[in-house]
Amino acid sequence: MSTAEQNYFIPEPSRWPAVAVVGLFFLVLGFALWMNGVSLGPVSTGIGLLVIIYLFFGWFGDVIDESLTSKYNHDVDRSFRQGMFWFITSEVSFFATFFGCLFYFRNISLPWLGGEGQLGVSNILWEGFTYTWPLINLPDVTNYTQLIEPMGAGGIPAYNTIILLSSGVTVTWAHWGLKKGNRAQLVWGLIATIALGMLFFALQAYEYYHAYAELGLTLNSGIYGSTFYMLTGFHGFHVTMGTIMLMVICARSMKGHFTAENHFAFEGVAWYWHFVDVVWLGLYLFVYWL
Amino acid sequence: MSAVIHEDHHHEGPPAGFKRWLYSTNHKDIGTMYLIFALVMLFIGGGMAMIIRAELFMPGVQIVNPDLYNNLLTDHALIMIFGMVMPAAAGMANWMIPMMIGAPDMALPRMNNMSFWLLPAAAILLLSSLLVQFIPGTGVPINTGWTLYPPLSVQTGMGMDLLIFSVHLLGISSIMASINIVTTILNMRAPGMPLMKMPLFVWAWLFTGLLLIIVMPVLAGGVTMLLFDRHFGTSFFDAAGGGDPVLFQHLFWFFGHPEVYVLLLPSIGVLGLVIPTFSRKPLFGYKPLVFFMGFLFALGLVVWAHHQYTIGMSLGATMYFMIGTILISIPVGLMLFNFIFTMWRGSMTFETPMLFAIAIILMFSFAGVTGVMLAVVPADLQYHDTYFVVAHFHYALIPGAVFGLYAGVFYWLPKWTGHMYNEKLGKIFFWWTTLSFNLTFFPQHFSGLAGMPRRIVDYNIQYIEFNQISSIGGFLFGLSHLLFLYIIIKTVKGGEKAADKPWEGAQIGTPGLEWTLPSPPPFHSFTTPPQIK
Ligand code: HEM
Ligand SMILES: [Cu+2]
Repeated sequence: MSTAEQNYFIPEPSRWPAVAVVGLFFLVLGFALWMNGVSLGPVSTGIGLLVIIYLFFGWFGDVIDESLTSKYNHDVDRSFRQGMFWFITSEVSFFATFFGCLFYFRNISLPWLGGEGQLGVSNILWEGFTYTWPLINLPDVTNYTQLIEPMGAGGIPAYNTIILLSSGVTVTWAHWGLKKGNRAQLVWGLIATIALGMLFFALQAYEYYHAYAELGLTLNSGIYGSTFYMLTGFHGFHVTMGTIMLMVICARSMKGHFTAENHFAFEGVAWYWHFVDVVWLGLYLFVYWL
Repeated sequence: MSAVIHEDHHHEGPPAGFKRWLYSTNHKDIGTMYLIFALVMLFIGGGMAMIIRAELFMPGVQIVNPDLYNNLLTDHALIMIFGMVMPAAAGMANWMIPMMIGAPDMALPRMNNMSFWLLPAAAILLLSSLLVQFIPGTGVPINTGWTLYPPLSVQTGMGMDLLIFSVHLLGISSIMASINIVTTILNMRAPGMPLMKMPLFVWAWLFTGLLLIIVMPVLAGGVTMLLFDRHFGTSFFDAAGGGDPVLFQHLFWFFGHPEVYVLLLPSIGVLGLVIPTFSRKPLFGYKPLVFFMGFLFALGLVVWAHHQYTIGMSLGATMYFMIGTILISIPVGLMLFNFIFTMWRGSMTFETPMLFAIAIILMFSFAGVTGVMLAVVPADLQYHDTYFVVAHFHYALIPGAVFGLYAGVFYWLPKWTGHMYNEKLGKIFFWWTTLSFNLTFFPQHFSGLAGMPRRIVDYNIQYIEFNQISSIGGFLFGLSHLLFLYIIIKTVKGGEKAADKPWEGAQIGTPGLEWTLPSPPPFHSFTTPPQIK
């Protein structure tokens, strides 16, 4: 052990970063082409996705091997933790952007458009436009579809809040299990978390369906719909990623990869999951409720 | 367990062939790739500038049509910022930070390689966004300028989508590189290298990295919303649907203003090493300098709307952004004073890096002065979107960022290659670039004050003289870089052998550990933590 602590660890040359770049390149190139109706677009996106899936198995596989053969020392572990911390910081900034936009519309630009304050411009642009939130009557609906009814805070969103909050509890319970060396508690805690994550996802999908089919709440229904889908959509995407990460961790827990001292991967995922949780609280408060 | 460690091939050389580069986990090799990429992009972006200056040699439209002109202008800016300055600075960070702080490599070497290789991929997308306009049916070229303001950017053709995704890749690359650099600095310092003993360059990059981690996601969010407005019927930037086009400007400049510090700070870090070395005196006020950079970091995040005085903000907001912006000149000015006091009564010599450093202090101060002029709202209402702004930011960016990187290149070339560069050619390059740079951009202050608008292919005949001087200066400036390339290639290939510590004064003040290693350093710098006396 003493040598491992004194010597630095540097990974061998690895093909995975290059594979990742190839995958991302084809993925986004495909998106750009697809959006412009070029028929090769979906093909390119598909190739990109396949490469990225291959990448995940390969890169994570290597890292797991290294971890299991004890190549990592304390310093490497701390680098991983700090790296994860800064990654989540950048994610906070990403979501803060969208929340900031929501506040900007609700408190600054829309009231102006409605004629409030020093910069009120309603008489110049759209006479008679009044500002309400949720914004049902758009200044000019020509290019948009009419919103019928905004999303309420009761029902599904409330259930989803409870679901995500309890998933935060189960993942912590799993962590306690890990620290005590109780593998059954660890695995069952993770399985419960994953199940809750999937339940959340299913309810969210149903909510979108309901919004499109019955409420007239679409991407095209003006700024309320735009912000609604931007915030909940990116959050849902993060829940999906988080759930996949949890599954990987769960499989590894079953194989007994983690010990009470050495389980960065578990903690990284748990932090991520808590982060997604907190974002949801913000969403529930400002998108659904207030 | 120790057997496992010894199998790590620590003392082996690099792997052979293309794998050495494509699969690299070595901070020096990745640093080299960053630097070469930046050099290539310097010539591509510079070539675009040459076309722009040739077109502006005369009023009227001669060489490129107006849309192509604006597309070249857009890509010139994006390539120089994201393709040249940032990669060059990241290359220097890769090479130098681990050696300076006594780390074996970057904290996350594989991610490091991914950060680099994303850049060529993004460059391909960016260049195809320029070229796609030559395929019929792909819509209007990107004619928005690098700021990508809607509604124009919502109306342009397919090129904009490629550009948006290119920006996404660039953003991922910068965020990953920044996470890596920040983690390296915070976690990988050798015992005996506390934060307050780090070379100034390392501090500068710590703040740069933190800035990027905070602001890059905002740009990513902004262009994503643009993409949705373009293709999926959202109304973020369309007032008819309840959105607001001005919001994009806020998002862009919330990223954009800190971005100018991202470009500036690494070069300030280089100055913090070059000036003490060639003055043979410790840095004057090391702690205050760190503090000023921190102040710049914090203040830089909250003054963005000085780019948008003309949008019609409320009086309170306008006052706030004006005062905040003027306050910024205080830490910037104090930093320059610290550098001047470092030189005071030093035994100075004037090698090429030092010449650049002194010129930076002079010319960058000038940009600070025009900056304060622009910060004053009633004045800016006149200057905004004229060549005066163009002159301001080229004085800020070329001395402030680019010349600082040149100083770094000359300062470290001996360490990187093991050879001394040709001092005489270095000095010729210095005088040639500095004079031609001023010839190019100084007249733009006058044409700007006289009202010449920016981002337009044509101009009124009253501005002919200024523009012709600018163009001649621009061509000379462009040409000088062939000499730069020649010097670099010559130094890589051979030349006088460089000592481990090629500069007599390099160990003064708060040095890093880079000078304790041979020139060029071994493939793996440190395999066990070095001891610092
Ligand atoms: C004393 C510090 C500075 C002040 C007070 C200042 C102020 C300003 C102001 C008010 C503008 C907006 C002008 C307009 O569009 O009407 C501006 C533009 C600009 N500044 Fe500065 N600046 C300072 C330093 C810098 C530095 C250090 C850099 C870069 C290294 C920089 C780069 C730029 C760029 C790139 C633009 C133009 C962006 C565009 O419109 O495309 N400035 N500056
Ligand atoms: Cu600014």
